[in-house]
Amino acid sequence: MAGILVYALHDDEGNFNKNSLGAISEAAKLAGELGTEASAVIVGDIADAAAAALGKHGVTTVYRAKEVPEGLAQPIVDVMAKVMTDNDISYALFGGGLLGFEIGAGLTARLNAGVTMEVTAVRVEDGKLVVERPILQDSQIADVGYVEEPGIIIGRLNAFDENEGDGTAEVEDVTVELSEWSSKAKLVNRGEQRGADVNIEDADILVGGGRGLGQKENFEMAEELANSMGGAVAATRAVVDAGWYPYAAQIGQTGKTVAPKLYLAAGISGAIQHKVGMQNSENILAINKDQNAPIFEFCDLGVVGDLHKIVPKLTEAIKAKKGG
Amino acid sequence: MKICVLVKEVPDAAVNKRIDPETKRLDRSGEKNLNPFDTHAIEAAMQVKEGGTDVEEIVAVTMGPDSAVRALHKAVALGADRSVHLSDAALEGSDVAATGYALAKVLEKESPDLVLLGQQSDDGECYTIGAVVADHLKMPSLTQVIKMDAADGKVTCERQAEYGYDTVEIELPAVISVGDAINEPRYPSLKAIMGAKKKPLDTHANGDVGIEADRVGESGSRTTVLELKPPPQKESGEIIEDEDTAETVEKIVAWLDERKLI
Repeated sequence: MAGILVYALHDDEGNFNKNSLGAISEAAKLAGELGTEASAVIVGDIADAAAAALGKHGVTTVYRAKEVPEGLAQPIVDVMAKVMTDNDISYALFGGGLLGFEIGAGLTARLNAGVTMEVTAVRVEDGKLVVERPILQDSQIADVGYVEEPGIIIGRLNAFDENEGDGTAEVEDVTVELSEWSSKAKLVNRGEQRGADVNIEDADILVGGGRGLGQKENFEMAEELANSMGGAVAATRAVVDAGWYPYAAQIGQTGKTVAPKLYLAAGISGAIQHKVGMQNSENILAINKDQNAPIFEFCDLGVVGDLHKIVPKLTEAIKAKKGG
Repeated sequence: MKICVLVKEVPDAAVNKRIDPETKRLDRSGEKNLNPFDTHAIEAAMQVKEGGTDVEEIVAVTMGPDSAVRALHKAVALGADRSVHLSDAALEGSDVAATGYALAKVLEKESPDLVLLGQQSDDGECYTIGAVVADHLKMPSLTQVIKMDAADGKVTCERQAEYGYDTVEIELPAVISVGDAINEPRYPSLKAIMGAKKKPLDTHANGDVGIEADRVGESGSRTTVLELKPPPQKESGEIIEDEDTAETVEKIVAWLDERKLI
């Protein structure tokens, strides 16, 4: 067995996902150390040139299953299981993201393979891959190895950086007969945007609102604070799912990744899913009434207190300072 | 329709979790509770039942030591009609692959039309069990579902994926893992809590459900924890307690000003 296979996710326009490209770059680096090659799997009708261009990130072969739809995990499990078995591939690597978790889990069952998830680093040890996986809310890191190949590695969001060179990959079309159960889920609607379109990625200052705001109406308080500093408002997944704030403002695992000069977290506990989307902010200020909230472990300034009391006064003070 | 809900006993959120350095496993002594995410799965099952679909029974299923029975009692208090406990010393130390396989074997015996579970456990944070179980059962599956409607032998689900909200139609039988935004779990009535211990509970050992011994437990696991280490230390930030809000605000403004953020 040899080689590392990466799944490259794309949107409906055929743009590859940043985390997938990061995983390809990582796989190419590891394959180099292992003395083997990295390859990628894509599904759907991606043009030859676009598929071959994945070679820039270091894969030598791109397996393309044109007839298989993008967006649901199980058909892609069928494709990857076949490619791994036919080519005797040792590892499958996924960039962070929902589909990677599902495909990786399905492959685990299908190939009777070992799986690790939320992986933040991978290294080569004695000709094998060993991963680092933070556990217990990131309070410890476990080094995990595989008893046997194949091994499945599911990365954490933004764990792997994207590198670009000037290679070209060979594109090989594969025909896969889908499992009966893989055809029983139908993607009726993909990537629907809900709520207003807001731009948080370009803001230097972001005020993030979480469940601690208490109710939808209190986002006005966050907006006023953001306005006073010339910033924008972002939100956690929990409040977006609850309909308090638009999807476009969501930060974290399934949302956006930001790195502003200031991230002011208001009523955000700092769960891993949110943390991965904002931990690279230059300055993190957290206001939360729960002194045990994980965010206090990685913020630069933490304020333990009632944000409903503090935020309006802070807004006033900033306005006064700017005016004066 | 028959619904099975997978549940798990996890250390109580207030308990400081630690890894036993000997076994490199989570120390599971101390106060435990039903995984909070699973309460949403039970509530989702109840809402299918109350929403007009003919549900014959809701069965809570768990794998774990003797103490896991308490999680089943809680699941029954929240609405399950009976429960199934897979308990075998040989299961100890099972990793995700082994756990998914074992749970699939118990479920096979129940042959449910719908399997529900919480999207993650409070302790393991794996997000993957549902999809492992589904592939073993040869059923379609979807994870992190935040809206689910059952009708005419299928479920229509919504969830957030990489590019926004997806809507997916899935034929039953299926395995669905739900997110905590899907519903607000009800509180069990005192009567339900008192009656929970009287509801039927089946206990199975590995052999009862055809689990192959070499595929579970520490020896059957496909991954191995080599070492545990502390994370790289980040310099901890300054923490202030808000006692006098005017003073707190002054400190925050000074901090922002120092960094030229305002």
